[in-house]
Parts: sequence; structure tokens; C-alpha cells
Amino acid sequence: MNENLKIIGKISSINGSVIKVKGFSHQSVGDMVNISEELNITGEIIKIIDNIAVIQCYEETLGLKLNAIVTNLQYPLSMELGPGLLNSIYDGIQRPLETIAEITGDFISGGLKINALDRKKKWKFIPTVKKGTVVSRGDIIGYVQEFSLHHEIMVPKGVSGTIIEISEGNFNILDTICSIKNKNKIKNYDQKLLSKWPIRIPRPYHKRLMPDRPLITGTRVFDLLFPVAIGGVVAVPGGFGTGKTVVQHSLAKFADADVIVYIGCGERGNEMADLLNSFPKLVDPKNNRPLMERTIMIANTSNMPVSAREASIFSGITMAEYFRDMGKDVLLLADSTSRWAEALRELSGRLEEMPTEGGYPAYLATRLANFYERAGLIEIVGSPKRIGSITIIGAVSPGGGDFSEPVTTNTKRFVKAFWALDPNLAYARHYPSVNWNNSYSLYDNLAEFWEENIHKGWEEYRKAINYILSREGELENIAKLIGPENLPPDQQLILYTANLIKEGFLIQNGFNDNDRYSSPQKTMKLISLFLKYYNESLSLIRQNVPFFRFKELEVINSIRRARLDVSNDNLDELDLLDLMLSRDLLQIHRQYAELL
Amino acid sequence: MSLIYKNLTTVKDPLLYLKPIQHHNIKNGSIVRIKTEEGLRTGQVLSVSHEVVVIQVIEGTFGIGVGTDETEITFLDETYLVGVSREMIGRRFNGMGLPIDGGAPILPEEMRRIEGEPINPTRRAYPRDVIQTGISLFDGLNTLIRGQKLPIFTGQGLPHNKLIAQIVNNAKVRTNEPFVTIFCGIGILAESALYFQNKFEERGTTRLISFINLASDPTIERLIVPKIALTTAEFLAFKHDMHVLIILSDMTSYAEALREVSNIKGEIPARKGFPGYMYSDLASIYERAGRIRGKKGSITQIPVVTMPNDDISHPIPDLTGYITEGQIVLSREFHQKGIFPPIYPLASLSRLMKDAIGEGSTREDHSDVASQLYAAYNNFLQIKELESIIGSDSITLVDKKYLKFGELFENYFTNQGETERSFEETLNIAWNILGEIGKGELVRIKKEYIKKYFVEKRSN
Repeated sequence: MNENLKIIGKISSINGSVIKVKGFSHQSVGDMVNISEELNITGEIIKIIDNIAVIQCYEETLGLKLNAIVTNLQYPLSMELGPGLLNSIYDGIQRPLETIAEITGDFISGGLKINALDRKKKWKFIPTVKKGTVVSRGDIIGYVQEFSLHHEIMVPKGVSGTIIEISEGNFNILDTICSIKNKNKIKNYDQKLLSKWPIRIPRPYHKRLMPDRPLITGTRVFDLLFPVAIGGVVAVPGGFGTGKTVVQHSLAKFADADVIVYIGCGERGNEMADLLNSFPKLVDPKNNRPLMERTIMIANTSNMPVSAREASIFSGITMAEYFRDMGKDVLLLADSTSRWAEALRELSGRLEEMPTEGGYPAYLATRLANFYERAGLIEIVGSPKRIGSITIIGAVSPGGGDFSEPVTTNTKRFVKAFWALDPNLAYARHYPSVNWNNSYSLYDNLAEFWEENIHKGWEEYRKAINYILSREGELENIAKLIGPENLPPDQQLILYTANLIKEGFLIQNGFNDNDRYSSPQKTMKLISLFLKYYNESLSLIRQNVPFFRFKELEVINSIRRARLDVSNDNLDELDLLDLMLSRDLLQIHRQYAELL
Repeated sequence: MSLIYKNLTTVKDPLLYLKPIQHHNIKNGSIVRIKTEEGLRTGQVLSVSHEVVVIQVIEGTFGIGVGTDETEITFLDETYLVGVSREMIGRRFNGMGLPIDGGAPILPEEMRRIEGEPINPTRRAYPRDVIQTGISLFDGLNTLIRGQKLPIFTGQGLPHNKLIAQIVNNAKVRTNEPFVTIFCGIGILAESALYFQNKFEERGTTRLISFINLASDPTIERLIVPKIALTTAEFLAFKHDMHVLIILSDMTSYAEALREVSNIKGEIPARKGFPGYMYSDLASIYERAGRIRGKKGSITQIPVVTMPNDDISHPIPDLTGYITEGQIVLSREFHQKGIFPPIYPLASLSRLMKDAIGEGSTREDHSDVASQLYAAYNNFLQIKELESIIGSDSITLVDKKYLKFGELFENYFTNQGETERSFEETLNIAWNILGEIGKGELVRIKKEYIKKYFVEKRSN
């Protein structure tokens, strides 16, 4: 850029992470700026009032001076998109944390400008179209193999015309891989592996489809009771200590998606360390490769700058959309959206805006919608015709565990599944502490897919468990009053079975090798054991067999422990338990058949 | 450039306001010298614009005059720095880091910014080594891990000071590595300060550093003292390979000081009058705990949070709980029953213990035993509730065993008084009381451990 054309201004006010700048000759909301020639802090114009730019800084402003020079860079905050994104760890504005560590050591200092993607690394580009092909926005012209993923290279927005040159070879992300004779333009377009996209603008799509396939999470309570569809939106609210982060980690590890974008937004440094530590060692069961190879992490911990925390959610969704546009199923995990909302509140406070409920700005709901509405099952623009998806699972951390606070209530408006975590279950070390009364999923159209492609009986089992758990809820209070022994035997069976289901099915131990991931087959076989126990015992109880006989069954203890003892590749053991259960029940039946 | 300002317009304790000269490049966060008739005071720039500079005065603004030539204000071109040194070990300081034990001043090895910088998440090492506190409810059920931040949630009138003194005196790393404890008193009563000093001296203070900000000291000091203590901790842990345990007592005073200043600044409050940035501010303190890859040292924090009116959903404990890795909750009910330490097991949690305990660190059966104790105690509470309604005659034999277990859990396992227990002693006691409920009930424990450790009770 020509030095003389630089648009500069001077700082007229500093208040926390918000500064005001006078003197820009022209400026727009969304422009990136470089603040102070000494400190080189990155910022973004968020408002313009009487020609004064109001800027949020992505770094600590301590040590910044009044009247320091600010340069308007005149482009919006954008993500770099291209090969090299996977297996990366970024801060909230896509600066690679590994590279930062190489430069500034163990602690993060300000003033760094680092490219998100490696400029030197060579990638083997394999074209899938030929010279002479007419292409336009969104068309795939070839791919780069990035780990086990076909990283498709797409024609960017605003380009359409005939390919005049394209070749296979090893390129870095700034090399020209293909020249396109652009219609209506004099200059040819030189396509590179790298592209950019502003984070505040959703990438366009062809059309939205109705999500109808389940996203298999490997967590039994979700897969069976509160399912989420591929392209769906879920909120996971819970007070502290209810296990939100463990749920998010478990989904990141085991959910069945092509790409995982994990946003650690304003959360604990040690938790990120846990993820960063365990992911490279964990293996994706689908291809036996390290899980990190399908993962992009954004780590903007709670002590990192608050504006970058606000941006991190949109940074993440922009990268997710890029992979969606290749026709991939992307799962975006945001932990936690409340921290993001608080960042919004903090900035709004610094801007002296009129607050609404809980101190949050009036545009909280709009911003939440901007984020959640970028999920979905999508038919992509361009050829070949393809379908991609983004599933968002956002953790919510309601203050005081109170679900009526603004972030939780507003989030509820935009999600179709709600996994309410319950401190009382967590106190009893019942994890995942999903409360079956307050949680819901509106993805009830998944039964067909389950029945046809995964396992039969899904709908039926769901109904049966819901019945037992809701009956238990009703009976519990009576049992407390008169003692469970004084209930009729069929009701005692309900209480007993409900406890078995909790202990042996709903609880899932994230630290047990057999239990932390439950394949859909294991989930279904396991639950069928409990339901069989219930149904057959019930029919015998109706024939006047006393209830205590069913409590004494030896096989029950093995069934209760089966989730821990039986691995996913050894489901025959569950069939064996099923046989043993049948045998024991038959034995009771015979004994009493003689008596009666 | 040392411009002298005499144009103060507003004094709102502890803040000063003045209009700067247009071309004076005042630095955000820089140190301010305020000369008054009585002497020199120190302040810091909180925010700055062409219209107004807001300065917070550490010693308070009492007696600072407006419209008088006597008050002279100069802006230094530096932000707040504190001197740190290994010589500080064994010494006692006030809230500004000056010695108050009558000893010589400290010769700093290094000057550091007290705000610190965030640890790069990719450079963090995941905490997996234990600290033995000697207290069963910590070590057995909520193990403290090096690099963890594990707060104690307490209430007015509960014996948290006694508990802290006991932890400071007994905590150890069980390896032959250097271990230092930093006690940081924030707004504590003069009498409590004396109590701590006496208690600490029982065991000797050669591995202890104390920073004391008394309740009668300036409010602003409360916002500074934890940062000085943590800066010292970072120096010792990451420069000199020491394991540092830092006690912050009490973070409620810190948060209230934050609210006081925010309120005077006229900021828009969020919950209960606390500023909207309190989460980020608390995080900037708590997140300074941790370990770094390739470094031997660690910083472990035990912040004490007094829950106003015992309300765990009050913003201070609530935001703390969202940042820290678990919490230890003291129970008024236990305290009234005479149990010490009155730690309520069900509400307490150590998030990092799962990967740090077990074979090679504590004992192989630790995780299973902890999980079983939780389940059994929870079961006990339900049975007790049932018993109180239907009477003890109507409950089953198994239920009665749980009642016995629960009673022992509270009065023996938890109520250890001022004794010190090793991990092994804690676990042996656990097996002993688990013996009451019988082998068949131990569904959360691996069979091999039951075989190895189970203590048969004659009554079974």
C-alpha cells in the first residue's frame, strides 16, 4: 500500500478495550485498524459517531497512549480459508497459538500480526475439472488431500468464466493453481488455494433442507432420548459443576461428523490444555487417525482479551461454513455462549449503551440469532451438487444456575433441542447430568432413518423409557410418604426399573474405556435388556408373582454393570446377558406356574 | 516530559478527575504521582480521553484539595511494576508489597508488571500431580492438584480460617521438590491476621510468604494485593521451578472493592451492582494458576469466597465457580453438628482429580473408592429422609447399613479435627466405613480392589 494513501487518525479516548479515534478521512463500520505504531494492537470499528470511530481492541490496552496513531486498514475482520486449517489451534481472531508461542514464549504478549495459514507449506493440488470448463461461484475445481479429508477448492464469489489454465502439482497457498477468463472483466482471475471471508457475513447457500438424519453422538441419553439431527441446533445449559464441558469434550471426541470446530470461548485454560493434550492421542474410530486431524480449535480463555472472545464465535462459524460448502458435515461446539454474551455485555457497557435485562444490550437476541441461524442442512451453491451441514451445540452457563436469565431464555428461542443439566444429578455424580424432565428435542422425525439404517425399535424404546421415567417421577413422592415397600408391586417394579435404567443406562462414565463411547448398537441392545426385564417381570407380577423375586435376580447386577464391562466390539456379551435374563425369568415363571 | 497538573475538577474517593492538555500523550494504566500538603500519594490512570483522565488513588483521596495550588499531579510514563525476589520467602508484607515484619527491604531480582500476561493455552501442561492437604475430604474426595484453582466456599461464622491455617501448615507435595505457600490476605480483620500469624508460626514460616491487606487498609489495595502475590508466585514457579500454593482470603472482599470502584466510576452494573466485567476480572486472577510445559514449577490457588447470606448463586461464588476447577463447600449444618472441617461432600467437587489420582500417585483404588463414597453417602441421605417420614422400623436391613455408614462418614471420615492424614490413611478409613454396607453394594469399585482392600465387618 502506498504510504501516502494511509488513512490515519489519533486516539482521543481509551476506556478498557474500547477506544475512540478522531481524524479518519473515510471509514466504515467493520474496518480493521492497527492501533499505535509502538504496540501494533488490532482493532475493529464498531460504531461511528460524529466522525469519531469507536473501536474495540482485540488486545490489552494497558500502556496505550492518548494521541497514538491509528491506521485504518480498510478491510473487514476476515478468516483465512484454505488447506492447513485442520489440526490448528487459534485464538479468537484466528492467530495460531502455536506460532505465537514460538514468538513470545509461554505467555501471550500483544501486538502480534501472524497469518493464520502457513505460507510456505506445499500442498498437492489435484484438479477435477479441465481447461475449457465454464465455472462459476461455488464450483469445485479440484482438491487437496488434507489428512483424510478431501479439501475441495472452490471458485470464489464474483468469479465466473472459462478455465484457461489448470494443472496438478505442489503449490503453496498463494501460488496460482488455475486461471479463469472472467466474464465481463478484462483481467483473468488467478485462483489460489487461499481464500478469505469476513466473519460477520454468512456465506451464501442455495437452499435450506429439513434435517432428517440423526447425528450419532455416542452418548446414550442423547442418541436415544434427546436426539439431535445433522444440521440441528442444541443448547446445553447448566450451572457450574454440572458437566457442560465434559459433555462438549465427549461430543468433540465421538460425534459422527467430518469436521469439528471447537470454540473454547472464555473458558478455563486448564480445560483447553486437557483437550490439546488428549486430542492428538485419541483416535477417530472411522479411520484410525488422530482426532485432532479433523478438528479446528479456537482457544480464547477467560483471561484473554474480551473483544476477541466476542469475535471467536463468528470466527468459528465462518470456518465451519467453509467446510460445509465442500459438502461436509461439520459439528460446531461452542463452550460457552454465555461467556460470549458477557463479552457483548462488557463491550456494550464500555460503549455506555442503555442496558436491558441483566445488563445485557438490547441486541443480544439478534446477535444470538445471527449465530444460531448459520447452522442447518444446506444444499450448496455450485457444481457438483452437494449437501453440507453445520450442527451447533452451544453450552450456556446461566448465572446462579437460573434458567430464566436472558441468555438461556433467548437461546431457547433459536434451538430445537435443549439438554438441561441438573445440579442435583451432578451432586449425586449422575453424569451426564441431563435432566429428563426439563430437556427436550424437537427432532422427532429421525425415527425413519433409525429404523431403516441403524437399528430397529428406536421409537418404541423411547416411548417405553419415557413412560417408565415419567411414572417414576409421579410415584416418587408417594413412595417418600409411605415407603416404597408399601406400594403395589407393579409400581415397585417401575421404581426399581427406573433406578436400573439410571444406573445402568443413563449414567455414562467418560473416563471408562468401554463406557465413554456407546455405539448405537450397544445403546439399543443395552436398553432392550432393561425393557425386557421390565416387560416380562410386569407380566409375571400381574400373575401374582411377588416383586421381591425380581429384585433378587443375579443377572441384574451384571446387566447394571454391562455398560462398563462390555466393550463396543463385544456386543455378543449383551446377547448372552439377554439369554441369561430369559432363562432366569423363565425359571421364576416355572416355579410359580406349579404353585398357582 | 514531566507536566505538572493543578487543575483537578472532581474528587470522588478513591477517584480523581482532571482535563488533560490536548497534546499530552498520557498512557493508559500509567502511574500517577500526587503531591499534597501531607506528602506523596500514588495513583493509576483508569481511563483517559481528551476530555477527562480518571485516576484511582491507592491511599484514598481524603484531604486532596481542588482549586488549590498545593495539589500537584504528574503522570509517569510507566505502568505499575513490582519487585520480586527469592528473598521474599519467609517474609511478611503489606498490601503494596512492603515488608511489615521489621526485616530489611527486599532487593528485587526482577521488576514485573502486576497484571501478568495470559498463559498461552498451547503451552499449558495439564495438571496431573497431587498435593496432600492432610484433610480426608480434600485428599480422598476432592483431591487438590498442582496447577489447579480450587476455591473454598464458606459463610460468615464458619471456621474457614482454622481450615486454611491447617492446610497452610500441612500441605505438601510428597516429592522432594521445592514447595512454597503464599498467603494473601485481602481485607481481613486485624484479629484474623494475628490468628493466622500465630497459627503459621506453630509450624514455622520458612516456606511461607504472607501479603496482608487489612480490612482497614485502602480499598484500592485489595485490588492490587492478589496481583502482587500472583506476580511473586509466577516468578517463583516459572523462573525458579517451585511449586507454589497460594491462598487468597477473601475474594469476596476483592469483588466488593471492584464493585465499589465501578460504582464510583458510574459504570452500568450487571447483577447485584457488580460490574459486567467481573467475570473477566476474576478470570484474570484465577487463570494465573497452572503449569507450563517444560517447566517444573506450578501455581495452585485456593481462593476463599464468603458466600453472602450462604447463597451459592450470589454473583461472587457463582462467577468464581464458573472459572475455577471445582469448589469445596462448607456446610453450616455440619458445623452445628460439631463436625470439623465442615466440608459438605455432595456440593464439593475437584474437576482435575480424575486424571491425577490412582496408581503411582495416590493409590490404585482411589478413584473407585471416591465414586463409591459419593454414591453411598447420597444414598444415605435419601434413606435418612425416608426414615424421618416412615420411621426406622419400616426400613430394610440394607437401608439400616447405609444409616450406619452415613453416620460414620460424617463423624469419623469427615470429622477429623486437627489431625493430619496421609492419602493411604484416608483411603483405609474409607474402606473401613464402606465395610458397613457390605461387598454386594460396592458396584462402583472394581472387583480386584474389593478383594484386596475390603474390610469385613462382623455384623455382616
